[in-house]
Amino acid sequence: MSMKFEFPETCSEGAACGCAESDARPVAVAPAPTDVEHATVNVDPVEVGRRWFLKASAAFTTTILAPGVTLMAFGEADSAHAKPADQPVSAKQRWGLLIDAGKCEQGCKACVTACNEENGIATPKNLATDAQWIRTLQVKNPENGSTFQMPFMCQHCSEPPCVDVCPTGASFRRADGIVLVDRHICIGCRYCMMACPYKARSFVHEPLHDQKPEVPRGKGCVESCTMCVHRVDEGGTPACVEACAKTGNAAMIFGDLHDPNSEIAKRIATYRTTRVRADLGTDPGVFYQNI
Amino acid sequence: MAVAFLATVLASVVVVPPVVAEPPQPAKGRGDKCVMPTDWMRRNHMKGLIHHRREAVHEGIRTPTFDLNGCIDCHQVKGDDGKPVKISSPKHFCRTCHDYAGVRLDCFECHASRPEQKTETTTGQLERSPHHHTGLPGHGGEGDVAALNRYLEGAGK
Amino acid sequence: MMARITFQKLDDHSSFFWGLLAIHAVVIALGLGAFLYMEHHGHIVTGMNNAIVWGTPHVFAVFLIVAASGALNVASISSVFNNLAYKPFARLSGILAISLLIGGLMVLVLDLGRPERLTVAMTTYNFKSIFAWNIYLYTGFVVIVAAYLFTMMDRSMSKSGAATKTMGWFAFVWRLALTTGTGSIFGFLVAREAYDTALMAPLFIAASFLYGLAFTVLVLLTVCRETRTNLMSEEMIEKFRGLMIIFALSVLYFTAVKHLTSLYAAEHHGVEAFILWNGGIYTASFWLGHVLIGNVLPIVILAFLAGENKVLTGRTGIAISSVLALVGGLAFMYVTIIGGQAYPLDLLPGMEVESSFLDGVVASYTPTLPEVLLGIAGVSVAMLVTGLALKVMPFLPRAAQPE
Repeated sequence: MSMKFEFPETCSEGAACGCAESDARPVAVAPAPTDVEHATVNVDPVEVGRRWFLKASAAFTTTILAPGVTLMAFGEADSAHAKPADQPVSAKQRWGLLIDAGKCEQGCKACVTACNEENGIATPKNLATDAQWIRTLQVKNPENGSTFQMPFMCQHCSEPPCVDVCPTGASFRRADGIVLVDRHICIGCRYCMMACPYKARSFVHEPLHDQKPEVPRGKGCVESCTMCVHRVDEGGTPACVEACAKTGNAAMIFGDLHDPNSEIAKRIATYRTTRVRADLGTDPGVFYQNI
Repeated sequence: MAVAFLATVLASVVVVPPVVAEPPQPAKGRGDKCVMPTDWMRRNHMKGLIHHRREAVHEGIRTPTFDLNGCIDCHQVKGDDGKPVKISSPKHFCRTCHDYAGVRLDCFECHASRPEQKTETTTGQLERSPHHHTGLPGHGGEGDVAALNRYLEGAGK
Repeated sequence: MMARITFQKLDDHSSFFWGLLAIHAVVIALGLGAFLYMEHHGHIVTGMNNAIVWGTPHVFAVFLIVAASGALNVASISSVFNNLAYKPFARLSGILAISLLIGGLMVLVLDLGRPERLTVAMTTYNFKSIFAWNIYLYTGFVVIVAAYLFTMMDRSMSKSGAATKTMGWFAFVWRLALTTGTGSIFGFLVAREAYDTALMAPLFIAASFLYGLAFTVLVLLTVCRETRTNLMSEEMIEKFRGLMIIFALSVLYFTAVKHLTSLYAAEHHGVEAFILWNGGIYTASFWLGHVLIGNVLPIVILAFLAGENKVLTGRTGIAISSVLALVGGLAFMYVTIIGGQAYPLDLLPGMEVESSFLDGVVASYTPTLPEVLLGIAGVSVAMLVTGLALKVMPFLPRAAQPE
């Protein structure tokens, strides 16, 4: 018996369907990295505190005056990357994030709220068991008492321990660097959670209802930040990055680490960046400044 | 007595679908045609869905033809409140046949069983490309069918 | 030259035997009920959370799996090391090993978030995962030990002894691999300070010898009561006594080396202080449970208090020591598995971190009844399978003949 089948004849009607929209919006270039404020690699805590003040003031002004400009400048800088829908993702790209902790405003949770909303995650009530794909770390240097805040999520390693240990291959790294869980083959053993150096993953402890169509989630599987893969595949930007830009803080940039002309790659080439627990050799795709 | 006990134990473990006497009348989708001929879909929809799921999740191939969200959108059934029903309703498109055939369906433990009830984009996100709204595939869909054919041939070997 | 060994089935059942089986059956039923409850509501009804992802079920499961490989000791000593004194107990040792493994695996599987996808776990593999290797090591163990038992019990095969010896070697190597694999589940976790050491493997092997022997001795003593005969001669008791002392000493040795090595590095002072000094229940599990009850007391009892012309008879001494070793074994698993997760990950070394996801603080964990029931049911499955096996096939020797 042949399983082959023919496509029905009339199929021209939806010819446009399936192509991601081309992004015709103007892509503003982010402020050139000449600003002394940005160029510094000094992590002196007093300086950090001062910078917060400056940045907060600047953020306030920016929010009032030019939210649209800021959005384009930071949130969408690398959004013209939509691939044809029928093409697989490739290793030519590696999606990553650059997060400037110096610009992350103390107490701001815009990225967290946006992530929850985008991915249909309820605001956590039970902090020990509820899913949290992104959180803000409050960091304190015990030597001198200085503090800062930074958003923290799956670090999208290129050598991810979660992928190594997963018995079924449900935990995997896409060719373009995004680390995901294939919930269809996740058996819920939680070994990836044991292996992750970043405590990035959550286990779904209860039955869920009213999930988002683009973000299937369910009881008994492990999950974590997807870098908003459903948006990225359509040429978009992760919700956290977009929300951060909207606040005017613009502490987060998303883009292709492999494209030397991308904003993210240029900045990483220019400034000193840090990756969390780089000593473990996991090669995270999330870069931090000023931590 | 032992048989009764065994039956009770089994009944508590095995999900017994409600008995449906009449042949199912699943809701029609929008438009004139499904992405594939009805006859084919009756027998093979799961193959298309499984093939697409592998490609979409692992390779980011997001073609519309066998996208579950497309099926859910096109075949939505309105409930008494005027909103599309969820899988909890026996009127749900998927359930009408699956109940009848007694085939357990666990897609909707994770997947949304109705289109998103969304009025406006709240975070200013990109408008999604309206893949699924025509009910008919475009050129991306032909690629989908070709890929599925290759997949089925491979599976036959 | 020893007398020919003859074997028996359990057939003349006392109410004691039936009572034991009934207790185990009830516990298993409760465990399955707990599983259905957990499966229906999700893991929210357990004490497990996003920090303590493996809880009480894993304590029991890993304990049973480790003990399973150790239960094969007696058979290995008989076939691989040609010590004929152990031969009468080789069959029991094999079937007990299989039973314990089945019990442990059942707990592990029923604790999965998606237990109905067991077929996925059996068909889809990521061969870089030590977990995936273990699926082969575990199923292989059951098959190999079963084949080993066949070579012992089949009349023509057992006559020459060559097949038994070959399979004995094979099973011996396999069980070492199996426990290495089990220890490496933890040893390979680079990010967790409490694990991340190759010593997890030999430590687990030493522990497996101790717990496996303890299970074997306790089952033998229980069966002695059932057969109303003395299956173990005083000479055997003496041998078991010596073995148990050596095994407990080796567990202590590897424990000491692991912690001393870790203590030497300043970066691990935090986690070591947590386990050894100020970790509350985990510190108590370590010193009182693992070290004192699980190893020191059995050594003291067996070496100084039990034997001819001592406070306890050898038989009583080894019985008490076996129980203590198993209690200590559970404590060891508790401090290893749960204590190791409770200590927070060091996200930014040198910095103090807090967050809504409870970073930087010791994770709290309180086991709930369902998960405890599921864990205990694993032990009962092992014991029930062993009990039924002894009834249907001749795994047991007849009474020890004085030479």
